[in-house]
Amino acid sequence: MRAVIIGAGITGAACARALARAGFAVAVLERGAAVGGTSAMCEGNLLVSDKAPGPELALALHAADRWYALRDELRDELGPDFPSIEYERKSGLVVATTHTGARALKTFSGTQRAAGVEARELSVDDAGKLEPFLTRDITAAVHYPQDAQVQPAATAEALLASARRAGTEVLTGVEVTGAMRGIDGRINGVSTMNGRHGADIVINAAGPWAGAVASSLGVSLPVLPRRGMVLVTTRMPHRIFRKVYDADYVGATQSGDADLQTSTVVESTAAGNVLIGSSRQRIGFDDRLDLGVVREIAAKSMRLFPFLAEMQILRTYGGFRPYMPDHLPVIGEDPRVPGLYHVTGHEGAGIGLSVASADILRARILGEDSPVDAAPFTVDRPTLVPHLREMAR
Amino acid sequence: MTDVLVVGAGPAGLAAAVAARRRGAAVRIIDAAEGLGGQYWRHLPSSRPSEREELLHHGWDTFGSLRDEVCQDPDIVVSMQTEVWAIEQTADNRLRVNLARGEADGTGRLTEALAPEQLILATGAHDRALPVPGWTLPGVFTAGAAQAMAKGERIAIGERVVVAGSGPFLLSVTASLGQAGARVVGVYEASRSRALARHWLARPWELAGAAHKIGELAEYAVHHIRGRVPYRTGHGVVAVHGTDRVEAVTVAVLDEHWRVVTGTERRIDCDAVCFGHGFVPRLELPIAAGCHITERRFVHVDACQRTSADRVFAVGELTAIGGADLALAQGEIAGWVAAGGSLDDRDIRRAIRSRTRAEQFADRMDRAHAIGDCWSDWLGDDTIVCRCEDVDAGTLKRVAAATNSTGLRPLKLNTRAGLGLCQGRVCGRNVEQILLATHGCEEFADATTTDRRPIATPIRIADLARAPEHPTDSVLNRPRSQ
Ligand SMILES: Cc1cc2nc3c(=O)[nH]c(=O)nc-3n(C[C@H](O)[C@H](O)[C@H](O)COP(=O)(O)OP(=O)(O)OC[C@H]3O[C@@H](n4cnc5c(N)ncnc54)[C@H](O)[C@@H]3O)c2cc1C
Ligand SMILES: Cc1cc2nc3c(=O)[nH]c(=O)nc-3n(C[C@H](O)[C@H](O)[C@H](O)COP(=O)(O)OP(=O)(O)OC[C@H]3O[C@@H](n4cnc5c(N)ncnc54)[C@H](O)[C@@H]3O)c2cc1C
Repeated sequence: MRAVIIGAGITGAACARALARAGFAVAVLERGAAVGGTSAMCEGNLLVSDKAPGPELALALHAADRWYALRDELRDELGPDFPSIEYERKSGLVVATTHTGARALKTFSGTQRAAGVEARELSVDDAGKLEPFLTRDITAAVHYPQDAQVQPAATAEALLASARRAGTEVLTGVEVTGAMRGIDGRINGVSTMNGRHGADIVINAAGPWAGAVASSLGVSLPVLPRRGMVLVTTRMPHRIFRKVYDADYVGATQSGDADLQTSTVVESTAAGNVLIGSSRQRIGFDDRLDLGVVREIAAKSMRLFPFLAEMQILRTYGGFRPYMPDHLPVIGEDPRVPGLYHVTGHEGAGIGLSVASADILRARILGEDSPVDAAPFTVDRPTLVPHLREMAR
Repeated sequence: MTDVLVVGAGPAGLAAAVAARRRGAAVRIIDAAEGLGGQYWRHLPSSRPSEREELLHHGWDTFGSLRDEVCQDPDIVVSMQTEVWAIEQTADNRLRVNLARGEADGTGRLTEALAPEQLILATGAHDRALPVPGWTLPGVFTAGAAQAMAKGERIAIGERVVVAGSGPFLLSVTASLGQAGARVVGVYEASRSRALARHWLARPWELAGAAHKIGELAEYAVHHIRGRVPYRTGHGVVAVHGTDRVEAVTVAVLDEHWRVVTGTERRIDCDAVCFGHGFVPRLELPIAAGCHITERRFVHVDACQRTSADRVFAVGELTAIGGADLALAQGEIAGWVAAGGSLDDRDIRRAIRSRTRAEQFADRMDRAHAIGDCWSDWLGDDTIVCRCEDVDAGTLKRVAAATNSTGLRPLKLNTRAGLGLCQGRVCGRNVEQILLATHGCEEFADATTTDRRPIATPIRIADLARAPEHPTDSVLNRPRSQ
């Protein structure tokens, strides 16, 4: 069986690895450089803390276990010459700064606990022990030991290298422009700027461009880019030990508003740079610098960690999250075009959910039991159908 | 009155400011440095004036008159120690230029945003040094830094100095070193004399026009021969030796690709080395402003020095490396046109002629002194390439090979090269070439370069959080205190 995967971001890489290991002859087609899209312009949070009980949380919990094992698997397989994926189960600390915020956070974490998440309410003092440089102006704190992080670009490269070792061919500079269809209507390959590629199945893993790729293949898919900006400070001795974020963040991830929202997520990287995120804004693929956004993120980060005021911002970067109107990734076959699968729409969680999504894909294709209930992620789920219709008009 | 903002107060920016003012514009000129003059006219601070300044500088009179015009005219506002830290392209297709005033790493810098009618970018270039084994030892300097110390501080970088690299500016830094009291024990020009002859002498009539330039260089040459400084072409310093600081260098004959000719290596004792392998224009602001960059990685400009971005001009080393004469001529033309003048105006005829001559000089220099492809063969695996992040050549090659990546962005993230404090200013081109050579390709598949830096210089979070929301319309407004 031949599989063509469109897009060499972390999603395409994880899918390629899963399918190549299942015995498929896999070709990944990437129009630019591998790991040159959103997967190189994001942060590497592997979070359960920001997810409300439901299918995405179930996927994230499965993912949390997978990452833990994957770190050693990839290291053993790729050897010491390969850059480290910098997996660290450093845990998350979510804090509220208002009384309403505190109530909401406590209720939210209670529902998460019921769904199997480790979420420990801390006193302000205990939060201060975990994060001595955190502001004392907080009204509630919840500690999430399962939250972890990776360096996303290295992780995507590692999954891709592992896929290559299992026989995957990665072709860069190859842009997919259309579908080849058999007389039965099944997709049996793709056309590209550089010729055709036959395949038994085609996987659309084009991230925020997955909607455009779907249209070129003849179907609609309501994936939209949602811009995010991150600020990076100069290196400094470690003063932030976990992922620390403002409880507003949870609201922002769940909101569908097109307007600018910022919420503070602060963390140190292994090298000692502090990453401060992030914003959410639906403005198409507009990548111009907007200091209004940067200013707001900067101001909020100082409130969480007052010492940051004197630290220097070295650079900013931004990327486009693949946004779905119903806030759930799509993982499955497109009923309109047999043989075409979509794995996308992970919005701000595509690093964390990449490998778990590939597990579901593999199970669906091979007809095996899925490690997580796959029904909520199907293309024709009820919450997506109206959008499909709307787009198809 | 047209509002013109000039960024950079070197020869190009000063000439632009003066010409724009003469044509009737209101002008603001800003520079990150403490004093006017840029790289070329770097001099002692006014608190420690020197009477010898004019002996050390070519065209000191020109500088004097530009400085006087800029400083004495109330319709020119001069803001020194003021950096442009970001340029935004706003939704209504205007530019917002964000400034911070005060010491570069000081706290509580004044921030200000301007929306000028016309913007002239004159931010110059920084000089490039190729890494060689041992180049991180104390006592190794770039030609620009050595010259800045000599001209701006009157400090010689050592007693026995070796100068190496490529280009005629090696000669001028040698002269500056001599004037600051160093003994230059050898100047090694990597280009071979055949290439030099081909490009410098093929069309001598073009050079005859650049008489002033040549006069200047000839003067340097005479200076060297008189001072018996050995000047060798087709030679390079390919390693630096020492334990705590520079003690010696290895000099070798290079072929036309800058590969070492085996058996020609020889050791020369010295206590300082000065490297200059050409220049890298500071492209971050033009890129942020949306200017088109040419294949040779300069800002693309038309005959009026207009870039592809609306109401943005670029002058000086941003557009070509051609020395101060070219920078002055371009600046004058851009300033005049930005203020509403035309290329047909008599006032700038001389500048146009002088630009043509200097451009030919720049072009020949670029060809004669192009960096050879094989320089990275000099490096050991443990030779540091990116100093900010301590990334060595071996790591660059290993990661490029292990990931098979042809994307600059993932390669930077996975090697950390160019992610440090200088944001790849110093190492960017060197890192790019080593990575590309590993795969034998010409460019990166993600079409990025190390020249993109949306935040041009680091800024403190508190200053950022306080940065003004709305730009000031007139460039003549002085920043309000906060
Ligand atoms: C600021 C920011 C912060 C984030 N933080 C986190 C976080 O902390 N944790 C987390 O889990 N997630 C985070 N994300 C989200 C995460 O980055 C994305 O969900 C994830 O990278 C998506 O990966 P992908 O492989 O699906 O898409 P991409 O990495 O974008 O890959 C898609 C690829 O498809 C290619 N392509 C497009 N069209 C074609 C075509 N026609 N032919 C061939 N190839 C094509 C593109 O060139 C691209 O390389 C963040 C995102 C942003 C923007
Ligand atoms: C070692 C050496 C020897 C040389 N010898 C000669 C010679 O003999 N003859 C000759 O003609 N030329 C020589 N040159 C070249 C000469 O210095 C340049 O041609 C000339 O200075 C270019 O002028 P410019 O105005 O383009 O840039 P510069 O003189 O470099 O001026 C640019 C200015 O912009 C400012 N700036 C940059 N970024 C920012 C920012 N973000 N915000 C605010 N300000 C900013 C800088 O502080 C600087 O003052 C030499 C150069 C070097 C390094």
